[in-house]
Amino acid sequence: MQRLMAAQAFWVAVALLAICVVMSYLQPASFATPENFYNITRNFSFIGIMALGMTAVIATGGIDLSVGSIMGLVAVVCGLTLEAGYPWWLAIIAGLAAGFVVGAINGVLVAYIELSPFVVTLGMLSVARSVAVVLSGNRMIYNFGPGGPAFKKFGSGEVPIWQFGEHTLSLSNPLIILFVLTVIFALMLKMSAWGRHILAIGGNEHAALLTGVPVRRVKVQAYVVSGMAAALAGILNVGWSGSAINALGTGYELLAISAAVIGGANLMGGEGSAFGAFVGAALIYTIRNALLMEGVDSNWQGTFVGLFLISAVYLGKIRGARRD
Amino acid sequence: MPILELQGVSKHFGAIHALNAVDLSLDHGEVLGLMGDNGAGKSTLVKVIAGNFPPSGGEVRLDGVAQHFHKPVEARQKGIEVVYQDLALCNNLTAAANVFLGREIKKGFGGLRWLDHAAMARRAGQLFTELKSETRPRDLVRQMSGGQRQAVAIARTRLSKANIVLMDEPTAAISVRQVAEVLDLIRRLRDAGLAIMLISHRMPDVFDVCDRVAVLRRGRKVADKKIKSSSPEEVTGLITGAIQHA
Repeated sequence: MQRLMAAQAFWVAVALLAICVVMSYLQPASFATPENFYNITRNFSFIGIMALGMTAVIATGGIDLSVGSIMGLVAVVCGLTLEAGYPWWLAIIAGLAAGFVVGAINGVLVAYIELSPFVVTLGMLSVARSVAVVLSGNRMIYNFGPGGPAFKKFGSGEVPIWQFGEHTLSLSNPLIILFVLTVIFALMLKMSAWGRHILAIGGNEHAALLTGVPVRRVKVQAYVVSGMAAALAGILNVGWSGSAINALGTGYELLAISAAVIGGANLMGGEGSAFGAFVGAALIYTIRNALLMEGVDSNWQGTFVGLFLISAVYLGKIRGARRD
Repeated sequence: MPILELQGVSKHFGAIHALNAVDLSLDHGEVLGLMGDNGAGKSTLVKVIAGNFPPSGGEVRLDGVAQHFHKPVEARQKGIEVVYQDLALCNNLTAAANVFLGREIKKGFGGLRWLDHAAMARRAGQLFTELKSETRPRDLVRQMSGGQRQAVAIARTRLSKANIVLMDEPTAAISVRQVAEVLDLIRRLRDAGLAIMLISHRMPDVFDVCDRVAVLRRGRKVADKKIKSSSPEEVTGLITGAIQHA
């Protein structure tokens, strides 16, 4: 119980619950509805999936600034594959493969060439975005050919779970995928040697090296996971929006990092959780939704998200100091 | 035949000659004390033997066979276990996780294997009890005292059937009672036939538990003699350079 209460993700979940309770009281007709639930949960799922991958990278003591650009690149890759008439599943594979390749390049530059993660992924942010623009011929792709409908179903589909009166509570596909990935990643961190090695590398990379942890290989894998998570988020987003634009994901890297850090991932490395990434993303989007609903100028959203981020890290620091 | 032999081992880091043509040998059932001032090359010597980096010159032999380690895990596979001076622990993990880092106990079936937390906690607990330490396997290392952290680092060396144990300043940051436990452990390991190399600044410890003492000064070995034929005064002189050779 003490461990639970010491976890930042726990307190973020409490804050999230508090906001939901308050908003349900203030706006029962618009906030506490199945439609609003569907919207918020679908919207935060894209960032949530990216935050899972980002947590893996941050846990090793690194960072991945390229995830937003990877989304754009993957969107273009999927769009072009569909436009050329290929089936929906090939477009998905192509998109994931693009995420894999970019992640692998990031990982090799960080782990084997030993360049700083910030610099490597910052460079990749530029490169991936530019490649996306070039590949797309700087146009929006929306003629998805024969594979289009099925591909869009993947990103925009939903599973109804409860019907009451004229309302239906549904879970969107992105949310379901986020759930599944969160559980898998949580299990990996707790129950697999790989997950433990990720945390060890972030905690004391030299110690990990001395004890035989395959540090370089694990680091590459972390960046591949992040790249593929961004790719999946891009694939789902394109399916939902119905068009592939090369600007997709611009600025999303900061949201993914914020979500991961709010959820408890420590930028110094060695700490992070799947549940944290999930609630971090949920909190950010719930705040935005709440502010909109209360009539706060949407330009203030950034201020609130930024304040929450700084508060979460500050509270984490106080708790950490008390612990030592 | 000595289990460990170093012949003419040198190590340069650019213009810095950390080790210069060091000959050393270590036998089964023997405790060798390695002494020297800061910067004399003791930790470098340990790292060469432990496989952290290769020597710039000379040879390391195990049972007469030359070895070329590329990473520490290769030395470990040949029966060399090390307690590093900075302990090489991850503060964010538990004691049990640190002991088993890189050699985790897993269970499962088919291709699916996951961590056996219970088995690792149990075995780590056994090792800590053997070391007479109160370290708890599921506690985070971050919250531990120097003595408990030392127990974690030493417990690691008991995981496999080591032939050679290198200990770099194992008694530096622990209590008096625990120093006695560590020295006791060293004696037990020696009686079991292992070869131990103890790097230490603490003269009483070295004269208490070692069979031989070697002194390094400025990267060279300046003395290698049986403890009985030496004295703390002589060794101190060798370390500082007041006595050139012995």
